[in-house]
Amino acid sequence: MIHTRGLTRVFKVKKQSVEAVRGLDLDVEAGQLVAFLGPNGAGKSTTLRMLTTLLPPTSGQAMVAGRDVARDPAGVRARIGYVGQQNGAGENFRVRDELVTQGRCYGLTVRQANARADELLDLLDLKPLAKRLPGTLSGGQRRRLDIALGLIHRPDLLFLDEPSTGLDPKSRADIWRHILRLREAYGTTLVLTTHYLEEADSMAERVVIIDNGRIIADGTAEQLKNDLAGDHISITTTTEQDAARAVALAGGTAEGTTVRVKVPNAAAALPDHLRTLDGSGIKVATAETIRPTLDDVFLTLTGRSLTDDDIPA
Amino acid sequence: MMTFLRDTRTVFSREFAPARRDPTGLLFEMGQPLLFLFLFGSLLDGAVGSSWQWFVPGILVMMCLTGPMGAGYTLLVELIGGSMERLLVTPLNRTAMLVGRTLKDMLVLLTQTVLIILLALPLGFQLYPVGILLAVAQLVVFGVGLGALSFVLAIKSAPGGTLFYIVSQSILFPLLLLSGVLLPLDTAPGWLRVAGQVNPVTYIVDAQRALFAGDLVNPSVLYGTAAACGVAALGLYLGNRAMRRGV
Repeated sequence: MIHTRGLTRVFKVKKQSVEAVRGLDLDVEAGQLVAFLGPNGAGKSTTLRMLTTLLPPTSGQAMVAGRDVARDPAGVRARIGYVGQQNGAGENFRVRDELVTQGRCYGLTVRQANARADELLDLLDLKPLAKRLPGTLSGGQRRRLDIALGLIHRPDLLFLDEPSTGLDPKSRADIWRHILRLREAYGTTLVLTTHYLEEADSMAERVVIIDNGRIIADGTAEQLKNDLAGDHISITTTTEQDAARAVALAGGTAEGTTVRVKVPNAAAALPDHLRTLDGSGIKVATAETIRPTLDDVFLTLTGRSLTDDDIPA
Repeated sequence: MMTFLRDTRTVFSREFAPARRDPTGLLFEMGQPLLFLFLFGSLLDGAVGSSWQWFVPGILVMMCLTGPMGAGYTLLVELIGGSMERLLVTPLNRTAMLVGRTLKDMLVLLTQTVLIILLALPLGFQLYPVGILLAVAQLVVFGVGLGALSFVLAIKSAPGGTLFYIVSQSILFPLLLLSGVLLPLDTAPGWLRVAGQVNPVTYIVDAQRALFAGDLVNPSVLYGTAAACGVAALGLYLGNRAMRRGV
């Protein structure tokens, strides 16, 4: 569905060249749900804007839905849907009017566009809002409208730029319910960007971690966490001496009375680990297994946390 | 070509729908030039020969300048808000996007023209229908070009928008004053007349006056048409290029 080779975008800012995306090689097969994860300014949105023909690549190639973004942008546009970071509906236009316009933009007849608009109003629970102006909708409602606009022509491939940013937890869950239902019903390929770790972790089948314009990791959330961060057992002892002895005996690092040990499968390793310590007379006060998060993955790869907002220029 | 026409219609219908649903603003807009006409026109009476014949085309050119420039403002709002981006990802024809937007303003201009003429007729305005039709056609071409140029300016000034106000405000009045729309440039000092001669609006104004006077073969008609077509071609070219380069 998507194949890029050496995709690069350079911005000129005050006579300086800034490489926002550097030689991206990416293949996404039909039906996948891929999340681009990375800090602000990592190049996620720029990548998406190139793939959706909004921004011409500086160099490199990108085939999207079988068309070349540089040579046949119109062909790409006809085959993809896009839900941008901002609101897709214009402020002066009624909800339903915008949906009909959108249908007409994709070449539907007036009748088809009207029918499809009603269908989507129904599908995304927007029916009571049909005659409202977008400004009067709640954040979650606006986002549903944005998604409806992106789906008007039943695209096989839908891009979503930060679909749940700025929404309250309930609206976020609601948006995801719609996205996943859509996928189940039509097998739509979904490519989205997010900076919410949990979201990428729980929703996406494939996580592409982007930092500084490059892909630094690519795989399922499980793979990435197992390969790049791994499980930990964390115990606390009653004395610091015991903590030091525990490290000498079973490895890991101690911090005060807390000892962390990296193991392949924490839940399976914990009983044995405790027996070993107990056998040597080390008193363990608390014990827990720690599953890594994608943030740990990012930390391993870059030495920075994804939750830190300062990005190196 | 079919796609272009269909897409132009789509964009036009979108732009026009809010006005159709609530025409108050549109009615005010349409009535606005009448104010100018009566406040200035009466002042000018006798000063420049048959003042109505001279002043009506001037008012129309003025409306043709302000309308499309205002269109850039609504576009700027859409650029900042994200709805423009959404439309740019659709296969909508790019030129249609530029033309369709301005057509709404041109429809307003058309209504204004009819209104002004109806009101000026009893005041001694002489009607040359063919000339007026040609004049309006010329203004539509000119307006489409101006609309496209204001679109480019809006793209260049996003996301802040300050540039848009600075440029459009500082361009509008010199263009108007140096075109002889409000006052004739005949008695102006030499440098001012030179400035008027490099102003494309001057040629449009001259052509409009000739056409409104029924003087279809006046050479100024040719110059005016060339100026209108030139502005339209430049606007559409730059507008398309701006969209291709990414917003």
